[in-house]
Amino acid sequence: MTHDIYIYIGIMAAVTYAIRVLPLTLIRKQIKNRFLRSFLYYVPYVTLAVMTFPAILEATQSPLAGAAALIIGIIAAWCGAGLFPVSVICCVTVFVLELFLCR
Amino acid sequence: MKKEFREGMRDGIPIGLGYLAVSFSLGVAARSAGLTAFQGFMASLLNNASAGEYAGFTVIAANASYLEMVLMTLIANARYLLMSCALSQKFAPDASLGHRLLVGYDVTDEIFGITIARPGVLNPCYTYGAILVAAPCWACGTAMGVTAGNLLPLRVVSALSVALFGMFLAVIIPPSRKNRIVALFVLVSFLASFAAANLPYLSRLSGGTRTIILTVLISAAAAALFPVKDEKEADD
Repeated sequence: MTHDIYIYIGIMAAVTYAIRVLPLTLIRKQIKNRFLRSFLYYVPYVTLAVMTFPAILEATQSPLAGAAALIIGIIAAWCGAGLFPVSVICCVTVFVLELFLCR
Repeated sequence: MKKEFREGMRDGIPIGLGYLAVSFSLGVAARSAGLTAFQGFMASLLNNASAGEYAGFTVIAANASYLEMVLMTLIANARYLLMSCALSQKFAPDASLGHRLLVGYDVTDEIFGITIARPGVLNPCYTYGAILVAAPCWACGTAMGVTAGNLLPLRVVSALSVALFGMFLAVIIPPSRKNRIVALFVLVSFLASFAAANLPYLSRLSGGTRTIILTVLISAAAAALFPVKDEKEADD
């Protein structure tokens, strides 16, 4: 049996939207439970950190360039650079290093 | 209101640039799964999910059942459930259903990251500004990837692919500087994620599944060991 690509896309979209919108619409009050509140407080930092490393090493052609982007990005963010500057600094780091590392 | 919207658009630019690069490579995957440029565009416009869409395209390529598509999408996107739970706490309790439905359209790692990083109560206008810039980039990049395949030089794709990670760093590092416990758990997350990617068994799980497991375990440990004291502290 062949499946319709538009039905596939529709299913993906419906499930994804439900996942995102149900918590936003059903949880109306501030959560009182201290553990749950603390858990949700830590989730964003943990999940972004988990997704950044070691994935950044595999995103670039040379893992060394990815590692350099990670370190320089951390330093830039530590010094107070915003979203866009940190992104650009990371991209430039990789671009310049790979001029030497990948031929 | 207008100021927040403009700030959202400004912060949406780096996200949009990163999206172009990532969705371009997603488009290449869509193409090999047999999608047209328009189908790739629609999939991205309706889903706004990198890992989730990629997983979905593998389901399409395998001509697997619709049920499998449901399960795959659930697992690959489960982290958005956690993010939306966290985001629900950022909304003013009396925020309207319309705002909740619209913000829910684009809860991605990046939009979530910059929305949660804003001090105080969530202002939907800020998020709308960012979505308005970033979401079209995501959809167009996918369509371009389907059509143009390997148009951009590899070197440029390689450099652009760290734009997203740079943004993640800009979200997690400043709070780590202010709060030692956040810093500690960012470090723990780096190490655990590295270990999980290289350990036997664990490394066989998909990246999305590892992210879910590690996020739940590490955040629960942090919450149990260092509960957040009050609202004020949670915002700092």
